[in-house]
Amino acid sequence: MHNLTIAELVEGLKNKAFSSTEVTQYLLTRIKSLDTEFNAIITVTEAEALKAAQAADQRLAQGDAPALCGVPLVHKDIFCTHGVRTSCGSKMLDNFIPPYNATVIENFQHSGAVMLGKSNMDEFAMGSSNETSFYGPVKNPWSTDCVPGGSSGGSAAAVAARLAPGATATDTGGSIRQPAALCGVTGLKPTYGRVSRWGMIAFASSLDQGGPMARTAEDCALLLNCMASYDSKDSTSVDRSTPDYSAHLNASLKGLRIGVPKEYFSEGLDPDTEQAVRAALTHYENQGAQLIEISLPNTALSVPAYYVIAPAEASANLSRFDGVRYGYRCDNPQDLQDLYCRTRAEGFGEEVQRRILIGTYCLSAGYYDAYYGKAQQVRQLIKQDFVNAFEKVDLIMGPTCPSPAFKFGSKGNDPVAMYLEDIYTISTNLAGLPGMSVPCGVVEGKPVGLQIIGNYFDEARMLNAAHQYQQVTDWHKLAPEGIQ
Amino acid sequence: MNWETVIGLEVHVQLATKTKIFSGASTAFGAAPNTQACAIDLAMPGTLPVVNQQAIDYAIMFGLAIDAEISKTSVFERKNYFYPDLPKGYQTTQLEKPIVGRGTVAVQLADGSSQSVRIHHAHLEEDAGKSLHEGNFRHGMSGIDLNRAGTPLIEIVSEPDMRNSQEAVAFAKKLHSIVTSLGICDGEMSQGSMRFDVNISVRPQGTTELGTRTETKNLNSFKFMEEAIHLEVERQIDLIEDGGTVLQETRLYNGETRTARSMRSKEEANDYRYFPCPDLLPVVLSDQRIETLRSNLPELPDARQARFIEQYQLSPYDANILGADTSMAGYFEQATAKSGNAKLTANWVTGELSARLNADNLSPDNSPVSAEQLAALIVRIADSTISGKMAKEVFEGIWAGEGDADQIIEARGLKQVSDSGALEAMVDEVLAANQSMVEDYINTDPDKRKKKLGGFMGQIMKASKGQANPQQVSQILAQKLSEML
Repeated sequence: MHNLTIAELVEGLKNKAFSSTEVTQYLLTRIKSLDTEFNAIITVTEAEALKAAQAADQRLAQGDAPALCGVPLVHKDIFCTHGVRTSCGSKMLDNFIPPYNATVIENFQHSGAVMLGKSNMDEFAMGSSNETSFYGPVKNPWSTDCVPGGSSGGSAAAVAARLAPGATATDTGGSIRQPAALCGVTGLKPTYGRVSRWGMIAFASSLDQGGPMARTAEDCALLLNCMASYDSKDSTSVDRSTPDYSAHLNASLKGLRIGVPKEYFSEGLDPDTEQAVRAALTHYENQGAQLIEISLPNTALSVPAYYVIAPAEASANLSRFDGVRYGYRCDNPQDLQDLYCRTRAEGFGEEVQRRILIGTYCLSAGYYDAYYGKAQQVRQLIKQDFVNAFEKVDLIMGPTCPSPAFKFGSKGNDPVAMYLEDIYTISTNLAGLPGMSVPCGVVEGKPVGLQIIGNYFDEARMLNAAHQYQQVTDWHKLAPEGIQ
Repeated sequence: MNWETVIGLEVHVQLATKTKIFSGASTAFGAAPNTQACAIDLAMPGTLPVVNQQAIDYAIMFGLAIDAEISKTSVFERKNYFYPDLPKGYQTTQLEKPIVGRGTVAVQLADGSSQSVRIHHAHLEEDAGKSLHEGNFRHGMSGIDLNRAGTPLIEIVSEPDMRNSQEAVAFAKKLHSIVTSLGICDGEMSQGSMRFDVNISVRPQGTTELGTRTETKNLNSFKFMEEAIHLEVERQIDLIEDGGTVLQETRLYNGETRTARSMRSKEEANDYRYFPCPDLLPVVLSDQRIETLRSNLPELPDARQARFIEQYQLSPYDANILGADTSMAGYFEQATAKSGNAKLTANWVTGELSARLNADNLSPDNSPVSAEQLAALIVRIADSTISGKMAKEVFEGIWAGEGDADQIIEARGLKQVSDSGALEAMVDEVLAANQSMVEDYINTDPDKRKKKLGGFMGQIMKASKGQANPQQVSQILAQKLSEML
């Protein structure tokens, strides 16, 4: 049962091959037995899940079931869930129970989906290895001494370990695509503004975007159909109708122009990973697509620009965690200054504090122009690179990450080495473009991902390309050892 | 040495929107603490701001009223600092690209002259909540009320164009008049709807270089503003004349003790780390939106004052007083329409009515004497039913809720005696009873006789218990006396 895709679950639930209660109960049991090892899920919402599954079964019986009725999912613990603790992976919010739902959660509720629990993540989504979570690291189901990637490592590991058929995730600099690649699942970061950020705890507002993770592109399309919406509560949400992302999955790839950026195949890319990605590109050629070498000349500037803009925004976004109204508060504050200092020193982890300090520094008087101002200029250049490229190509493809999953602690003392993990993913966030990761090989027993970057709001074409690839390859079907 | 004072103002105007600038919570004043603060106002995680379009319109209307440039694109920024009544840890405001650019405000001074004050810009921002340190909080704790957090404000920043407290107060009053006339602010000073920060410096008369300025913050009445300016000007001059130097600092004025103290110096000032708010898109305005607002702009004080002079033949002085305040102007026009006597109505509205309203801290909108009631009273003065003196007594009766003018005149028997037969009898009686005065009058030099009339008038009015129509009495008296010559 745990190997069923979302599409298969929808079909089986509709045909009464099994009930949502059965599937939900089965996966809850599976989470209980397996997740002690992976630590993918912070909060299991058993009672709520079973109640929702029963309600879904009733609707299924009545025959008025919405699209994802009865499908169990895991939600990243960054999405606020009414009445269910939403920690964002931080001690700061360990006691925070939101009195409202994120729009994404609302959308899934309207769609009849069942929430199994809240998935682990890097604290405040800051990290590429899931090592910064207050709830401990998530282990990669493919190799438990390796990281699952981050920040959506819990979601990726949960899908990879077949604890859930799909999950929500968020991506600020690669936080969907990188863990998807490292855990061998399919993940999509939509165009900025496509998925509402209301109720999604902010890391860097101009970069954050929610998206789906699942085992197939077909499932990602089903999830995105539900997730994407215009939301008047989010001023950056784009007022644009949502297409049926499932409708074009089977379109032919004949004549598809695929841009292959030379900067994504340069120094730093693991040769085996490169080989896997090149092999995937050959599959596309075989399906009638055309490979065109392109240049994204400012790629190297994306990491430094990102590590000014994202911390700058974060430094302000995280100011609200002051111990005054909700969340963690230090014991016996002596005065206001003491309350602020100790609450934030004790409530935030090291990486979060580092980024708040970087961001605060970058915005300070006398440094603003040199850092934040300059980074915004670079951001425009990077965006322009893509605009130029998309005049010649329909999609851009390359590796998601430079190499497969690395061992715990191996980059812990070198933040910059960790930041370079996102070298191929960050620029799409800076440009606001959609990006995807699709399993395309196994290196040293661990999966690697093919990244597909689309033009603005061209998610349907990306999903089409990914789905067609998954029709002729089996990488996405591989499960970690002991999982199958 | 003679010193010249240089004053610039920053004025915070609370916009009269029903809901907050970035949330749907109510902005009504006076609710129980924290009952008007929603998840957004509390800066709960994951919440996002959406701009209140009414607040944008109100800011544009202000810009149009002072003939300012309206920015087609304005940008909200985050001003970062920690304080318990600032839930997000930053205030959303505008810095580099404010919605209203340069403009001018014409100010009328008490001596009849007028002055033009330049506006540097006006920007939109959210108000903070309130920290409550005094009162009922035990264990030395402070209370926080976030009802006000997120209330829309425009901050109007003037150039340093004022030279004394009278000019500054006249400018502040003019702004009050403009924003209340526009209906974008309720103008309730006591509720903090308008608050003034005053930048003050002094320099030797005749020099052009600006002295070091101080900023006295959060003055919420014209009186406090005037007092605070006097105090600060005096302090700066004393300081310099004693060989000291003025430090750039923020000061706080205490209206109760009439003293001010330093709040923080320039060195202690925060680095606010402004940057564009990534949760909000730039505010882009279409020409159509601006033009629609322009064509629907309500009558502004200057235009209204000019119209009052033209339409009602009011003196510029009366027109200024009546035209400055929308509700006062409305009251006046309503009463005049019924009374048919603009001059007399203007006198009563600016005189008796204003005095009583001020004494009880009321606005014309909630005056116990309605415009119709005042008009009915004025009609009775104009048709000589009652004298002006009696009218004041009747006015008090209406104010006290005893009924309309006619009812009170009737009930109290205040009707003026205008029956000429009765008045002639009264005059005859007084003349007969005061033979010596009559003889004295007759023997007086003809051109000095007029002065003697007052004595007779007093006797007659006294005899009539004040009810005799004085104009008529004076005519009859003059007639009778001339017959005796």
